[in-house]
Amino acid sequence: MKALETIIVLEPGRAERNYWRDLWSYRELFAILAWRDISVRYKQTVIGIAWAVIRPFLTMIVFTIVFGHLAKLPSEGDVPYPILVFAGMLPWFLFSSILSEASASVVGNANLVGKVYFPRLIIPTTAAVVTLVDFAINLVVLLGLILWYGFLPGWRIALLPGFVALAMLASLGPAFLVAALNVKYRDFRYIIPFCVQFGLYVSPVGFSSAIIPDNWRFWYSLNPVVGVIDGFRWCIIGEDSPLYLPGFTLSLVVVALSLWCGITYFRRTERSFADLI
Amino acid sequence: MSEDIVIRVEDLGKKYLIGHQVKRERYTALRDVIPRYAKRIIRNAADLARGRAIIGGEEIEEFWALTNLSFEVKRGEVIGIIGRNGAGKSTLLKILSRITEPSTGRVTIKGRVASLLEVGTGFHPELTGRENIFLNGAILGMTRAETRRKFDDIVAFAEVERFLDTPVKRYSSGMYVRLAFAVAAHLEPEILIVDEVLAVGDAAFQRKCLGKMQDVALGGRTVLFVSHQMAAIQNFCDTGVLLTNGRVTASGAIEDVVRRYMSASTALSQVSLLERGDRGGTGEIRMTEVSFKNGDGNYVQSFTSGGAAIIEIGLGGPRPRVAKNVRIALGVDSDLGQRVLVLSTHLAECDLTELPPDALTISVQVPRLALAPGRYGFTLYCSINGEVADWIKDAGTFEVEAGDFYGSGSLPMTGQGAFLMDHRFEIGSAAVTREKLEQLNSLC
Ligand SMILES: Nc1ncnc2c1ncn2[C@@H]1O[C@H](COP(=O)(O)OP(=O)(O)OP(=O)(O)O)[C@@H](O)[C@H]1O
Ligand SMILES: [Mg+2]
Repeated sequence: MKALETIIVLEPGRAERNYWRDLWSYRELFAILAWRDISVRYKQTVIGIAWAVIRPFLTMIVFTIVFGHLAKLPSEGDVPYPILVFAGMLPWFLFSSILSEASASVVGNANLVGKVYFPRLIIPTTAAVVTLVDFAINLVVLLGLILWYGFLPGWRIALLPGFVALAMLASLGPAFLVAALNVKYRDFRYIIPFCVQFGLYVSPVGFSSAIIPDNWRFWYSLNPVVGVIDGFRWCIIGEDSPLYLPGFTLSLVVVALSLWCGITYFRRTERSFADLI
Repeated sequence: MSEDIVIRVEDLGKKYLIGHQVKRERYTALRDVIPRYAKRIIRNAADLARGRAIIGGEEIEEFWALTNLSFEVKRGEVIGIIGRNGAGKSTLLKILSRITEPSTGRVTIKGRVASLLEVGTGFHPELTGRENIFLNGAILGMTRAETRRKFDDIVAFAEVERFLDTPVKRYSSGMYVRLAFAVAAHLEPEILIVDEVLAVGDAAFQRKCLGKMQDVALGGRTVLFVSHQMAAIQNFCDTGVLLTNGRVTASGAIEDVVRRYMSASTALSQVSLLERGDRGGTGEIRMTEVSFKNGDGNYVQSFTSGGAAIIEIGLGGPRPRVAKNVRIALGVDSDLGQRVLVLSTHLAECDLTELPPDALTISVQVPRLALAPGRYGFTLYCSINGEVADWIKDAGTFEVEAGDFYGSGSLPMTGQGAFLMDHRFEIGSAAVTREKLEQLNSLC
């Protein structure tokens, strides 16, 4: 009994020694917060989950018309253009909604942060998991599109979960950073929507990244979303959308780096959240 | 760390940075505003570059909410933390519950801590009572299995069975508080930290909560308890710590600490009323002084139980016209800060429908003072047409000396209650008693 007794020492600047174990022991809180956000999200909306579909679906139609029909950009192989767009739209919406939801989440949960202790990393992570629900719904829409066009994806579709995880990691890095910065400087509240809007056009959502000139293509992958979208298309479209490996590797490195930066900064500042919020 | 000390606080300090708004004239020219704005942007940008937080206001000051705090809490002890507003009580509890980190010093805690700094933390208005119980339980550190096990007790305690599946936004504020507190009351940590959460809810429920917390304390758990209600603190705690401006100024047995606190606050109330800055109201009437007289109209230092008491209040303030519907009240508090009674023009049915500008005093006359010997504090209140004109908390104190209240020659005892009351004893025969009993039985 005595041996089990936990001793906590609180000192200025003291790093949590068991941070990750602590985080694990709060998994139930994590689950319940995620459940809260999901159930609140669909209460009091008339068409509920349809909202998750409308935005990407309409964007897909517009992009297909603008890029596919007016600009006459090439698709990949003989893949129908809507499928090409939707396969890029799916990870893009996952990425951008995690970025905007998670980065506002700490400030949005100010009452919790000021009144109870738990590892703060839980908050943005919860917000990220919640967006998976919308993602899953959109995945069904993609399935519908595939059936509609009678298009058959290959075995690679089985690897899709890995790329979903990659999309989440890619967005969580910047999201942690911005969530922490947001506590101190509320300006970031205005920066993120701008970044998201801007990102939609610089990322290969409405077009294939194969149309980027070869000597630019490597540096284009500095945008981690490029790697994620290419990965998605590779899974869904298959043969006709070969993975450009040097670029993909660069994207992976950028993702890892931003994740490391985000977590480090978040952990360094999370102890003062309650004072500033 | 010795075996039975569960919390040790050594040299604890907490620093905050606060910004002040520089006082400015009512009308500022644009050419004044622009440089000031530019200066602020430059300063904020510099702060951003250095990774510092942005603090509003032009002047930044370091503020130590806690300094050199040291004390120990033993296992099973119920300790009350008291002090004026802003003394640093909540800050201390926040550090102990790991919400914020200390700036200096060190705290060692042995055992699982649950803290209750607010009732209903994390309650979501859209979710139902049932859902909120699980949510709040998890936030306060209960596992889901634990919450499920205690679910029925929680619901019974809160008395909200009928509304379990209604969103809590449809609850009355009382029901909301009940539900929130019920969850918290079923926590079973080794150390429970409670900030002033009992200030909400009605009196009966407060008592119920205190009872529940007392059970927790009797179960051998360590409790740290902050409250402004001295009666609750004294009932509930064994020992106390008095915080004054972030320092410990007294600690030890709870009676001594409460007495120190009360005498410190009466020292403040001996300030002449004219100089009291900490008053509320519009200021249309200002109560300027208070004096005490006995039944013969002589000024006295103290009253006697059973004698006449006259409290005379001087009236000032800018009163060019006749003031309508003036109400004046005087709240009397015991030594321990508990409200004992209220004397008011309203209760005595002598509301002042018109108070002419040349009325300079008003006096409250008590023909036969029914207060036990001791020291009492009082609060003054004055309103015009229902609007508070002047309000001075802890305006002063007066002493009551033992007197022959009962006219029997024996004096009331000090420290045996606050009230004196006329009473008689009567001996009845056995037959009458039985008859009475039957009568009572038939009523039941
Ligand atoms: N986050 C913060 N930033 C700046 N100052 C703060 C912060 N939190 C508290 N303070 C200051 O610290 C001091 C102590 O506050 P605290 O809340 O601990 O008082 P308290 O004893 O709990 O008072 P009360 O009885 O009113 O609850 C106050 O002067 C308050 O203004
Ligand atoms: Mg407080």
